Amino acid sequence: MAKKYDAGVKEYRDMYWTPEYVPLDTDLLACFKCTGQTGVPREEVAAAVAAESSTGTWSTVWSELLTDMEYYKGRAYRIEDVPGDNESFYAFIAYPIDLFEEGSVVNVLTSLVGNVFGFKALRHLRLEDIRFPIAYIKTCGGPPAGIQVERDRLNKYGRPMLGATIKPKLGLSAKNYGRAVYECLRGGLDMTKDDENVNSQPFMRWRDRFEFVGEAIQKAEQETGEKKGHYLNVTAATPEEMYKRAEFAKEVGSPILMHDFITGGFTANTGLANWCRDNGMLLHIHRAMHAVIDRHPKHGIHFRVLAKCLRLSGGDHLHTGTVVGKLEGDRQSTLGFVDQLRESFVPEDRSRGVFFDQDWGSMPGVFAVASGGIHVWHMPALVTIFGDDSMLQFGGGTQGHPWGNAAGAAANRVALEASVKARNEGREIEKEARDILTEAAKHSPELAIAMETWKEIKFEFDTVDKLDVK
Amino acid sequence: MQSTMGDYQTANTLETFGFLPKLTQDEVYDQIAYLIAQGWTPAIEHEHPGNSTSTYWTMWKLPFFGQADLNAVVEELEACRRAYPDHHVRLIGYDNYTQSQGLCFVVYEGRA
Repeated sequence: MAKKYDAGVKEYRDMYWTPEYVPLDTDLLACFKCTGQTGVPREEVAAAVAAESSTGTWSTVWSELLTDMEYYKGRAYRIEDVPGDNESFYAFIAYPIDLFEEGSVVNVLTSLVGNVFGFKALRHLRLEDIRFPIAYIKTCGGPPAGIQVERDRLNKYGRPMLGATIKPKLGLSAKNYGRAVYECLRGGLDMTKDDENVNSQPFMRWRDRFEFVGEAIQKAEQETGEKKGHYLNVTAATPEEMYKRAEFAKEVGSPILMHDFITGGFTANTGLANWCRDNGMLLHIHRAMHAVIDRHPKHGIHFRVLAKCLRLSGGDHLHTGTVVGKLEGDRQSTLGFVDQLRESFVPEDRSRGVFFDQDWGSMPGVFAVASGGIHVWHMPALVTIFGDDSMLQFGGGTQGHPWGNAAGAAANRVALEASVKARNEGREIEKEARDILTEAAKHSPELAIAMETWKEIKFEFDTVDKLDVK
Repeated sequence: MQSTMGDYQTANTLETFGFLPKLTQDEVYDQIAYLIAQGWTPAIEHEHPGNSTSTYWTMWKLPFFGQADLNAVVEELEACRRAYPDHHVRLIGYDNYTQSQGLCFVVYEGRA
């Protein structure tokens, strides 16, 4: 017999708190860290989050009875304590896959982190993790090339790649900028990078930059016999303008483009990733603005979620922090989302902030990019933390070398290769960092001077956003 | 007063390990041991220096599937070098899980 319509306001938990529910393999699962207003029971808060991020609204409506709400509703199915925190708790919510349009992380995020974040019954809300079902992942394009294809195109094997962001980040003319690129590349970097806010300003219009940088790449390739590239940032005010710039980047011979995926947005990013796939171009992704969203431990979206969404939307490189440099980043937590970028299966591991098993299937991997305040002394630690499938970027740590960019690049390349060689020999390179670098510097005056220049620089502040572990 | 600033000369560096002094026999041996311990398959390629930027170098025989004897790999490297003394000779570790190369570096440089 069909249900009768009963108008009015019901408690969310009557319909959306279902502790007996066993999630389906096709469900999209989410873990939220919830901090409710005083006096609101946990189950009610969790159910409210499930309702407001899926099918629910504050009042019963008659038209619910025209559909099968039991099929479409999100369900809060588990509540857990947050270790060492009495006011917050984790709510686990299952969403049926048909709530979301195929291949659209935009649609997923609009539901999961939409209106619910402004909900009055909550003081804070943070999306900690999403388990994407493999059925959904297969509908997403993902990285235009992926780690394996990029290595084959660029002939880089058995080591992390080496890069640098060109400095000063703003103000150089296109020709002087191309000079800085050329010097870095001839000195031994694999690639250089536009800074995130380099678009097409009055001092250096994009077309001029692309032309000079294109020439710098070609010349460095001829002289070194190695493959080189520069991430030309095509982020612009409109998608149409981005595609125009992307076409020209391809024309000048760069193997790679760049996009700021958060300020540009997921729609722009997914479109650009598709363009790159169709045009044989790699795509480097910068994460400017992420800290606004992910740094507060109780509110916002954890970066592991943004990283997962980026892998689905598409990108071949993603900035992940350095752990050791000038920017925020806890080591275990960073390793947790670096796995999400690169592996085909990542098991639940609370010690790394991973709340669900995540099967990526055949989705290509994304290079982890470590960039910001790093220099040669960090090299052994970076190789240990990030492994070979990474891009290590030394901006100041290359261009601040007393002899200039080329020597700075060579110093970093020598330090990188010495670290990789020692690791392969079975040495504990983080512990033996000083010995390994000192040994290598005997054959490289460029490295010896870099070690002298940066010997005192440390960035030792405590992490603001720590993992919730005892 | 003479400047302490040095001049960096661009070098033709042949990718991984191109910035280190040529590896000694023992050091090459260590890298082969690492490659085999990772479960990768050793393979050897060679090419005339004038063609070193092409994607495909010429294979020396087939990859040495299942080879766990380090000395056998060293002997193949030397045999390849004897047969093509003018060529670059590189050692590869094929990783069939990632369908990539876990390691690849030039062991002997040919005379340009």
